[in-house]
Amino acid sequence: MDLSVINPILLLAALMSAATPILLAATGELVVERAGVLNLGVEGMMIVGAIAGFIVAVNTGSPAMGFIGAAAGGAILSLLFVFLTQVALANQVASGLGLTLFGLGLSALMGQSYVGVKPPRMGDLDLGPLSDIPVLGPILFSHDAMVYIGLLMVACVWATLKYTRAGLVLRAVGENHDAAHALGYKVKRIRALAILFGGACAGMGGAYISLIRVPQWTEGMTAGVGWIALALVVFASWKPWRVLLGAYLFGGITQLQLNLQGAGVAIPVEYLAMSPYIVTIIVLVTLSADKSRAPGSLGRIFHASH
Amino acid sequence: MIRLDKRPQPSRAMALATPLLAVLATMVFGGLLFAVLGEDPVQSILTIFWQPLFGEFAFYYRPQLLVKGAPLVLIAMGLALGFRAGIWNIGAEGQYIMGAIFGAAAALAFYPLEAWWIFPLMVICGGLGGLLWAMIPGLLKVKFGTNEILVSLMLVYVAEQFLSSMSLGLLKNPEGFGFPGSRNLQQYASAHNAEIITGSGMHWGVVAAMIAVIFAYVLLTRHRLGFAIRVTGEAPRAAKFGGVNPARLILFCLGTSGLLAGLAGMFEVAGPAGQITLDFNVGYGFTAIIVAFLGRLHPVGILLAGGLMALTYIGGDIAQSQLGLPAAAIQVFQGMLLFFLLALDVLTNYRLRFGAAEVA
Repeated sequence: MDLSVINPILLLAALMSAATPILLAATGELVVERAGVLNLGVEGMMIVGAIAGFIVAVNTGSPAMGFIGAAAGGAILSLLFVFLTQVALANQVASGLGLTLFGLGLSALMGQSYVGVKPPRMGDLDLGPLSDIPVLGPILFSHDAMVYIGLLMVACVWATLKYTRAGLVLRAVGENHDAAHALGYKVKRIRALAILFGGACAGMGGAYISLIRVPQWTEGMTAGVGWIALALVVFASWKPWRVLLGAYLFGGITQLQLNLQGAGVAIPVEYLAMSPYIVTIIVLVTLSADKSRAPGSLGRIFHASH
Repeated sequence: MIRLDKRPQPSRAMALATPLLAVLATMVFGGLLFAVLGEDPVQSILTIFWQPLFGEFAFYYRPQLLVKGAPLVLIAMGLALGFRAGIWNIGAEGQYIMGAIFGAAAALAFYPLEAWWIFPLMVICGGLGGLLWAMIPGLLKVKFGTNEILVSLMLVYVAEQFLSSMSLGLLKNPEGFGFPGSRNLQQYASAHNAEIITGSGMHWGVVAAMIAVIFAYVLLTRHRLGFAIRVTGEAPRAAKFGGVNPARLILFCLGTSGLLAGLAGMFEVAGPAGQITLDFNVGYGFTAIIVAFLGRLHPVGILLAGGLMALTYIGGDIAQSQLGLPAAAIQVFQGMLLFFLLALDVLTNYRLRFGAAEVA
């Protein structure tokens, strides 16, 4: 075992990148849940986004187009969830599970002829002299654009929820849909938009895995990141900044266990690979006591009877 | 303008009709999907649904129906108990893996001893493995209020890692020329879950599935505990006032579903699969969720739904080898079925009204 091969600066730099897929997906899901909808299909939307983005990126040669395609892919899949839960008034837990199962199959079908293909590389953003600062430069300022877009997304969601009218309406719908309906807000329309946003974010998160993290397409490659993102929203008590914190925590653990595998620690690889999932459980346990922050109408079906 | 009016009582006729309608809709849209993939839609659907039952080689495929259906029914039956009470165990795949590992480990510990008690011991250990794995989300939910959906699912990934550790390490076949995977239990007479009647596909897992269905039926319709499960699902507050102990109910539902999933894994590894390998699990734990819903969370319904789902697995295999249909297509097909079912379910609880909306 040689721990000295782990460079703390590179580890922290990699952490930011490792956290991005979880961050994107969790931010989207946070908006969905603040609107009062529990979408357990994050994993499905992520994997469909991963392959949709991959296909678009390979065929256009542009990673940026890939991410747009991924957002579209995730959003289109989430349309199914909109239809099931908002139009057909189906159970949200079952519909979300269905979305994940369907998404895993669909992505495998779409990705058949893309196994082993190399996607175009997305270069790091050129931030000029900033990336030359010692220590901070490589950690903070030498990443691809998506890392910053993810951060920007958290800031935007936070500001929108806190300071804008749209955010207030969204929260009202999530806290008490009957009251929001009585005030004349279109509960279903708002929820549908929130779900689509969540789908687009999850799709981009998935594409970050297939285009940048790995970069390759393999079936089921999101490997539970979507579920970790769901756990993260609970961990964050539905607050955007705590999602960021949580995503870095999980990104850090993922990266650290990868580095420990590389360093040849005496712990077998399989047990190291378990760690992100076990940590998720531990975090859920320690933070489950406080559920008071959950949106009031979370997971409840809304049907305007009059 | 179409309007939905809530029915005062869910329609029984619709509750029975929607699964059938969903199957029909899936056939139509599945056919379209296959057409998009460049196959003849009618031919593909016939291959999936007709060939295994009445085709030329049906004598070979019919027993497979039991082999593939048994784990699905066994797992789905346990899940349905929880789903009825609003307790969502979606980590059956993990419990299935743990059951298989525990069961196989029990047998391999005594290899090459031949004794009558080895197989019963494996059954006990397999069930125990699944039970213990499901108790983790159960106890955490009871003690800390942790969300059982997320915990049970996380444990699937943990179990998968554990499986690869076992098949590369502790349980690896010492005479396996370095290949990952345990000894083949089919070649270990005392541990082999052999067919009870040769050529019928009927192994002990099928028997266990039948027993589980009967037990669940009696439990739900005749027993106080079944009543508690149903009340908790339909009216949680009423259940509380009625003296239902939620903690015990959670542990019972999760424990039972874990036990059954563990048994399913153990029967599979000792019989059709034969050995613990890196990927001997084929996703029965997830497909069983579809089976449970398709069967309306009712024991008899689950039995039928399990058969149907087994049919799509077998038909999918045939379509794969004969028509070159990709394996994932059948997974999409199964997912579609769940979607149509959930979407059509609106007809059970609501009445469609056509015409202009009234002014409120």
